[in-house]
Amino acid sequence: MDTDQLIRTLAADNSHCARPVGFVLALALLAAAPVSLLLFFAELGVRPDVMAAMHNPFFDLKFAVTLALASAAITVSLHLSRPEASLRGYGWLFVIPAGLLAAGIGGEMMLPQRLPMMTRLVGSNSKVCMTAIPLMSLPLLIASLFGLRHGAPAKPAVAGAVAGLVSAGLAATLYASHCTDDSPLFVATWYTLAAALVTVVGALAGSRMLRF
Amino acid sequence: MREGEDEWTGLMRSAIAGDSAAYHRLLKAITPVLRAAARRGLARAGQPVDQSEDIVQEILLAVHLKRHTWDADAPFAPWLFAIARNKLIDTLRRRGRRVFVSIDDFAETLADQPAAETVSAGEVAAHLNALPARQRDVLQSIAVESASIKDTAAKFAMSEGAVRVALHRGLTSLTAKLREG
Repeated sequence: MDTDQLIRTLAADNSHCARPVGFVLALALLAAAPVSLLLFFAELGVRPDVMAAMHNPFFDLKFAVTLALASAAITVSLHLSRPEASLRGYGWLFVIPAGLLAAGIGGEMMLPQRLPMMTRLVGSNSKVCMTAIPLMSLPLLIASLFGLRHGAPAKPAVAGAVAGLVSAGLAATLYASHCTDDSPLFVATWYTLAAALVTVVGALAGSRMLRF
Repeated sequence: MREGEDEWTGLMRSAIAGDSAAYHRLLKAITPVLRAAARRGLARAGQPVDQSEDIVQEILLAVHLKRHTWDADAPFAPWLFAIARNKLIDTLRRRGRRVFVSIDDFAETLADQPAAETVSAGEVAAHLNALPARQRDVLQSIAVESASIKDTAAKFAMSEGAVRVALHRGLTSLTAKLREG
């Protein structure tokens, strides 16, 4: 086919207008959310003392951190779905969840604690945390990758990693309502490890799936 | 050169607003620039430059299918060059070459655009035959026989909407096949 013919054909298809990446990503995440919620309510459920826990600022901080991570990752992933975009000017968004967590650790250090530091860090749910967050992330990760495939990321592995952070942030938000370990030290250790695992999976999947 | 790029941005805005003629003009205007850059990239990678037209067509398809990722408030050229660079690297990688392609490859060629010419390439045509019958027929009719959407609809006893759908699906699956190599 000669190039003029191709150009004419593309011009004939001009009336087709694709949805914005954000719209497709939102739709995909909404479709996947019930699967993660089902996993959550079937296997974990909200902790029984949730009403009392809400008065504990360290319980609430978990949601601030995970939601800050999810929203930063969504913003960055949408930015990276444009071919000319890079992390520059956007990477700092990830400082917000990290900063909240660091402030939480600092705050906890200044308060008198019943349990020693290592006990708080190790907690009692680390195995559940390391399993549940990646598992609940999986449907959301597939959805994020699907949504970003609609874009044109110049660096597929980086975009995939950020998709991993989107799904890990959302899954961790669910998990936080189950987990009785509220110490920011626990969150900084195990949530971070779980999110890192999902991020690596996202990067690997992205490097294959997000090429355009 | 600045002027040319601003013109592209204006044409792309009109295209997105539904002006197919502006879109056609834009694609015609960027093709020689893409062609020169593809040749340069191939030459630098030690590949025969006669394959440049396959790359040009792949870039044009990507521009078409990803144009919704362009921010209409931003200039068009950086977006275009990013798409082109990505496709060029991708094609060379598929051929087993790792090369560095600079964005300057594209910017430089803006200054001396060669005269417009139309060139044929084999890959798109080869994959065209592997498409589902309906998509292939519609693409053949519009691309090769230069029929309008209306005429194509009449010829195959389809609605114009169905022709549009088959056309778009055809272009999408063509792009997917090209990517698989």
